[in-house]
Amino acid sequence: MKVSVQQEDFDLGLEVLDIQQDNRIGAVASFVGQVRDVPMTLEHYPGMTENAIKKIVEEARAQWEIMDYTVIHRYGDLQPNDQIVLVAIASSHRGDAFAACQFIMDFLKTQAPFWKKEHHPEGARWVNALESDDQAAERWRKLKPQQRLIKP
Amino acid sequence: MKVKVLLFANLREQIGTGVELVDLPDSASTVAGLRLHLMKRGGAWQNALADMKVVRVAVNQDMAAAGAPLNHGDEIAFFPPVTGG
Repeated sequence: MKVSVQQEDFDLGLEVLDIQQDNRIGAVASFVGQVRDVPMTLEHYPGMTENAIKKIVEEARAQWEIMDYTVIHRYGDLQPNDQIVLVAIASSHRGDAFAACQFIMDFLKTQAPFWKKEHHPEGARWVNALESDDQAAERWRKLKPQQRLIKP
Repeated sequence: MKVKVLLFANLREQIGTGVELVDLPDSASTVAGLRLHLMKRGGAWQNALADMKVVRVAVNQDMAAAGAPLNHGDEIAFFPPVTGG
């Protein structure tokens, strides 16, 4: 059960190993986001960022069975291919793990106070928020509870 | 009353500071009141807070709407829509 906002990189294998120990766990779903194309600086709001992520995780836990989880988001200066974010969810079955992982990522993109500044050769610019990210989060609100489990 | 105003990302750069203690008249004790109070300073403050479609507000680290009341000692943050993940 870990939420971390940090400058340091993370090791996906070690983080997954850390949450798959309980023998009732039958599934671990993980997502890693990484930097595309150009270097960037990630700014955040210390305190609020951690709390916002914890709230999103609690919302997910109210809807799906989550037996353990790790959410890591980095800040500071990052290069192309650097890892930015990890969401890893351990559950007894894959449906809950997949759905909770996607839900947390969708809301992290629209609710957690992070801001990306891209460093292009012609100058730096702040990334604009995407309407498609808002729509991805909004989609979950429209689903009835019984529709929220991704079926195989 | 005194409140602490925080600015992030492009708003911090536009205004040229990330944190400021603001003496707010009791008659302006809402998020909207604080915003108008800061915009009256003109210049970068006025420009940065002019279009609330591209400004989000948090009071004591929770997202807040324009009508949210403010109290002495509150921490109010203005920032653009978030782009993490």
